[in-house]
Amino acid sequence: MSMVPTLLSVENLSKSYGGVHAVRSVSFELRAGEILALIGPNGAGKSTCFDMLNGQNMPDSGRITLLGEDTVGRKPRAIWRLGVGRTFQITATFPTMTVRENVQVALVSYGRQLFNLWGSTAAYARGEAGRLLELVGMGAYAERPCGELAYGDLKRLELAIALANQPRLLLMDEPTAGMAPRERIELMRLTARIAREQSIGVLFTEHDMDVVFEHADRILVLNRGSLIAEGSPEEVRGNPQVRAIYLGEGLVYDARHREGAGA
Amino acid sequence: MAFYFVQFLTGLASAASLFLVASGLSIIFGVTRIVNFAHGAFYMLGAYVAFTLTERFSGALGFWGGIVVAALIVAAVGVLVEMVLLRRIYHAPELFQLLATFGLTLMVQDIVVLIWGPDDLLGRRAPGFRGAVDFFGQNIPSYDLFLIALSPIVLGILWLLFQRTRWGVLVRAATQDRDMVAALGVNQKWLFTSVFALGVFLAALGGALQIPRDAVHHALDLRIIVEVFVVVVIGGLGSIIGAFVAAVLVSELNAFGILIFPKISIILVFLVMAVVLIVRPWGLFGKPEAAARRTPGLTVNPWRPLTSGERLMSIGALALAAMLPLFAGNYALTVGSEIAIFVIFAASLHFLMSVGGLASFGHAAYFGLGAYGVAFLAKAAGLPMIVSLLLGPLLGLLGAAVFGFFAVQLSGVYFAMLTLAFAQIIWSIAFQWVTVTGGDNGILGVWPDNWASSPASFYWLSLGIAALVATVLRVIVFSPFGFALRATRDSPLRSEAIGINGKRVRWTAFVIAGTTAGIGGALFAYLKGSVFPDSVGISLSVDALVMVLLGGVETVSGAVIGAIVFKAANIWLVSQTDLSKLVLGGFIVLMVVAFPKGIVGTLEALRNRRRSTDTKSALATSRVEVAE
Repeated sequence: MSMVPTLLSVENLSKSYGGVHAVRSVSFELRAGEILALIGPNGAGKSTCFDMLNGQNMPDSGRITLLGEDTVGRKPRAIWRLGVGRTFQITATFPTMTVRENVQVALVSYGRQLFNLWGSTAAYARGEAGRLLELVGMGAYAERPCGELAYGDLKRLELAIALANQPRLLLMDEPTAGMAPRERIELMRLTARIAREQSIGVLFTEHDMDVVFEHADRILVLNRGSLIAEGSPEEVRGNPQVRAIYLGEGLVYDARHREGAGA
Repeated sequence: MAFYFVQFLTGLASAASLFLVASGLSIIFGVTRIVNFAHGAFYMLGAYVAFTLTERFSGALGFWGGIVVAALIVAAVGVLVEMVLLRRIYHAPELFQLLATFGLTLMVQDIVVLIWGPDDLLGRRAPGFRGAVDFFGQNIPSYDLFLIALSPIVLGILWLLFQRTRWGVLVRAATQDRDMVAALGVNQKWLFTSVFALGVFLAALGGALQIPRDAVHHALDLRIIVEVFVVVVIGGLGSIIGAFVAAVLVSELNAFGILIFPKISIILVFLVMAVVLIVRPWGLFGKPEAAARRTPGLTVNPWRPLTSGERLMSIGALALAAMLPLFAGNYALTVGSEIAIFVIFAASLHFLMSVGGLASFGHAAYFGLGAYGVAFLAKAAGLPMIVSLLLGPLLGLLGAAVFGFFAVQLSGVYFAMLTLAFAQIIWSIAFQWVTVTGGDNGILGVWPDNWASSPASFYWLSLGIAALVATVLRVIVFSPFGFALRATRDSPLRSEAIGINGKRVRWTAFVIAGTTAGIGGALFAYLKGSVFPDSVGISLSVDALVMVLLGGVETVSGAVIGAIVFKAANIWLVSQTDLSKLVLGGFIVLMVVAFPKGIVGTLEALRNRRRSTDTKSALATSRVEVAE
């Protein structure tokens, strides 16, 4: 395990809004190929944490080291150039383009062709775009207008876009929000498979505990801005403090599992 | 010292009207999210109606009563406009709302001249405030002192209204979250109408109060609206305090700017606005704008390059157009050249609007700069035509690079207001810097060289350049840059997250569009043989917007069709009626309400509907439209 490089290291990250401490001195590390879940009840500071990692929000104090570079104060696009792919809680894609063109734009940016006025985008990295779409199971939809896609397909397209810069790290904010239960599991299985195959680190926030406990290698639990627990799914599930916070959801989770085992 | 103090007081007095109008605009925007371009028209109407009433009824009661009644009458007109027109377009994209209210402005300009005539009207002095107060040997009109006292009072009343009344609470709630207020069972319709009435009342009051200070004329509307846009950009849209502070700031800058740069005092205001935009892009007291609404129909069909059949048809149409000199006379050829030039102009704006989602309300600035560039080179430097034609547009490029840098810091309505203000600044320079630009007399005698002087050869030249420009822009639309630009329009969040520097991409697009417009302007200078400040004017900017909308924003080359139809209709209309603004304004309003997709967009929608006869895709389309 010590041979696996650290992708992301967060030290004493803090952010407060007025008198409210949204994030208090949070520290953690993420290694290549690891799938790390960031969970916690509403208002725990997950999104604030995420936005600071992504460059959308400035921390008050603390260090973020991404792939060996200090990224505090850098813009999202600069962090992307370091090799970080991003998906959003509510999908952000380009609705007036086809599915393939959505991926091609990301590839154009990755190839630093953004200011090429004369080439043809349709011909640019067509094969690579197709390969990425095949990877997420969207090959058949390549020529469809993105605006016509069902929500689950949009999520998969977003994953393909996020993979276009051959990222070392994926940041996924509630990747399965708004999806049907079966789609959730499929999407996370797909993500986990790609992450393992390409040794990509994944950090995701999630409300659905089924998804978290099934796919995360490690779980961070935030409450009121502070990290209260960290460990494997089993460790976190057994943690009395986490149980106390997650009482409702924890019970439901256990109950559902018992039902599932019986059926 | 006393002189500067008096100058300061004059500035404060001018701020009163500006504050009234700007606060009205801000209140309306806060609740309805409409930037009411017609606000200047209501200001002007207030002045005209007050003029009539105060002339008709004498005495103190006649005067002060006349001013208040004038504002009330105009507010009633505003209510009518809101109920008949605005209620239909609350859910339309911002661009359409701006354009519809601009159409209203055009109509009011002609109506005002119809009723009150084209001459300047001098109003009465205010009873009780006719004299002047002596201040260390300097005279201060006592009416100015009244105005200085008035604006804090109005500010206080508005504050009480919004903080202490139930209605004010509803308005503030709607400003924060319209949908929530609706969900709580508030009758939105009447809330919007009453807010609009208050805003128009304030604008008309601002106009009416100006009559003792200023002559009433039919160009008041554009003059005030540009200043008001500058005020709300500096102060922040939706903030009344911001409107107050910025109105004082702008008026003082004007008052002292005249002392520093007598001819081009507006430069000082521009510099301050530029600094504010860099430090606080949403104004001193404003909040960041919510995401702009998407243009309807965006999701229906992605753009594609022309099929080989369509390419053949375009070449055929071009060849047909090239044969015009074989059977048409000189007048028709001159009209043809003008249409070709406007195809260039419209295509450049269309590129910015459709691909970049940036609706410039001052695109004529770069057209005019190209024209002036040619005029300088040909007249002052005596360069041959071909050299001037190549270098002249560079002035458009330069202007677009400087102003574009600031404009792309913003988006949506702020972008529209800022580009309009920039265009007006360039117009002021063209108009006021007489030694260089010739002012109102323009620069004459910019004639083409012999090889292009016959109407036929000039027509071929214009047609060739127009075809070239349209083709190049089309190539850029489908180039990697074109897609990057579309990406910033479709989803700023996602484009940033895939490494696209949105501001730099949009800036580049702005410069491309400005340069292209400059090419059109350069040809225009040679076509007319002269350049006037009109080539930079607001009405030309709006002509371009109408051409683009007529063709359809969500098309690749709709502007070409839009320019041909609009320009031909416009030339015909001007020859038929004196009330061309009234007709054009009415046409714009109708178009926005009835055909928001434009000619080409409507044709495409029809074609798509016919094509998708199988129910499945019909279902998909309707689902997409419902989702909008």
